[in-house]
Amino acid sequence: MKILVPVKRVIDANIRVRVKADNTGVETANVKMAMNPFCEIAVEEALRIKEAGNAEEVIVLSVGSDKAAETIRTGLAMGADRGVHVQTDEALEPLVIAKMIKAVADKEGTDLVILGKQSIDDDNNQTGQMVAALMGRPLGSYISKIENNDGGFAITREIDAGLESLQITSPAVVTADLRLNEPRYASLPNIMKAKKKPIDAMSPADLGIDTSCRLKVVTVDEPPAREAGVMVSSASELVDKLKNEAKVI
Amino acid sequence: MSVLVIAEHDNSQLSPGTLNTVTAASAVGGDVHVLVAGSGCADVAAACGKIAGVSKVLVADAATYANEITENTAALIKANVDAYSHVMAPASTFGKALIPYTAALCDVQAISDISEVVSEDTFVRPIYAGNALQTVQSTDALKMLTVRTTAFELADGESGSAEISNVDDAGATDWVEFLGQSLSQSERPELTSARIVVSGGRGMQNGENFAMLEKLADQFGGAVGASRAAVDAGFVPNDYQVGQTGKVVAPDMYLAVGISGAIQHLAGMKDSKVIVAINNDEEAPIFQVSDYGWNEDLFVAVPALQAELESQ
Repeated sequence: MKILVPVKRVIDANIRVRVKADNTGVETANVKMAMNPFCEIAVEEALRIKEAGNAEEVIVLSVGSDKAAETIRTGLAMGADRGVHVQTDEALEPLVIAKMIKAVADKEGTDLVILGKQSIDDDNNQTGQMVAALMGRPLGSYISKIENNDGGFAITREIDAGLESLQITSPAVVTADLRLNEPRYASLPNIMKAKKKPIDAMSPADLGIDTSCRLKVVTVDEPPAREAGVMVSSASELVDKLKNEAKVI
Repeated sequence: MSVLVIAEHDNSQLSPGTLNTVTAASAVGGDVHVLVAGSGCADVAAACGKIAGVSKVLVADAATYANEITENTAALIKANVDAYSHVMAPASTFGKALIPYTAALCDVQAISDISEVVSEDTFVRPIYAGNALQTVQSTDALKMLTVRTTAFELADGESGSAEISNVDDAGATDWVEFLGQSLSQSERPELTSARIVVSGGRGMQNGENFAMLEKLADQFGGAVGASRAAVDAGFVPNDYQVGQTGKVVAPDMYLAVGISGAIQHLAGMKDSKVIVAINNDEEAPIFQVSDYGWNEDLFVAVPALQAELESQ
């Protein structure tokens, strides 16, 4: 089995983002970047499937600027075998990214595509679903467990009301939720080894994908700020304020 | 212009999020229709017929739709979408899986989690865990959206009288077999629509201590939630999680107990009307967004609060 893991470079989860003064987006210059946390979980799961003897190869794919190669290297340092980098400086939408992932998955003949369920920058939560639809393959969204079996994959999904179990056929597309696993840290020897692993670079045109956007960003604004309120020091004071001031109980 | 709202339900009950989604659909303008895909779902169809502002309910009642399998519902929407300018669903795990999948089938760039309808083609949505609000204009002829239900009022579910008509089964995928669900059973109100939410974090120390918060929630008539830290630690199940990647809530009162207030958690609750925080760390970021803060050990504060409520 061959597994493809698309990964995204995003602003590090611990950075507090700032809206640009001209309201065109958020400040990304000189801001610490990292692999999207859900993508790390996806890479980890692919590696565990391979280490259990159920896959031969794990390929990490990223679409983005030259810097996206660093994110691919992070995946290679975790243990993936090789990378694919679709180079572009354009800000692309999930539908276009999904078309690129499909093109690479078709070319590579992958049996399983594992993605993070959402990226923590745009919070779209769309790409994995779109890849499944475009490929005409079953979707396992928000999974917290996946097991290979004769029929394909048995998966557990985290849904609003609890957990759901599905059996899906192979090839398949799944998206990783938080509790699928805890991703490993890359060791220093593996970071060194990753520098020698191959990354195949290509352009969107090489894949024959039209990159035009369907959405126009009109403006990006700060949300209304919440002011800190008052401190209380006893239960009776709190209940009094909730009853007589806030009137919520 | 006409908007198709995809109803979320369990074949017997309509989810309240569908009513919020109808309000968003009405803000777009034009006719609002509701699609009910289910099995033995006549009660849900009847409930949809009574939503004010809805002129037609389409019902696909077939075994194909018994378990909300994304692939099957998406094929049904695609088969019926030609008459519509917009398709909307609540931004629940149901809608968040369904809408992008269907959008890709229709070659549409979906718009996720809208919090405001500016015009028929322009919408506001939170990005970066709600630390920025993005206004986007769609150039797609067909628009497909998920709706942040807490940002829209509930539509009146009693005064409507929509026409109800059946649509054909669009066929089932043989890729996906439904094996089962393990759902949290609770007598308390549902988390995303509760008027009061009591949430616990890592400070609760273990799952047993959540019994304290359950009792408090019952005194308020509210629901119990949790931070990611508490869910990851196994104190409570995944469906309790409030935050950027969990549930988004905006109750009249959100009581955060032993929750430090990471931005990912704030993303899921900062639109609550009144926020109350109990934390033993006076530097906890949660106090910066709280209307009422109480810097106290939660194992002292929660019993004291319970006793105070009992005495009144």
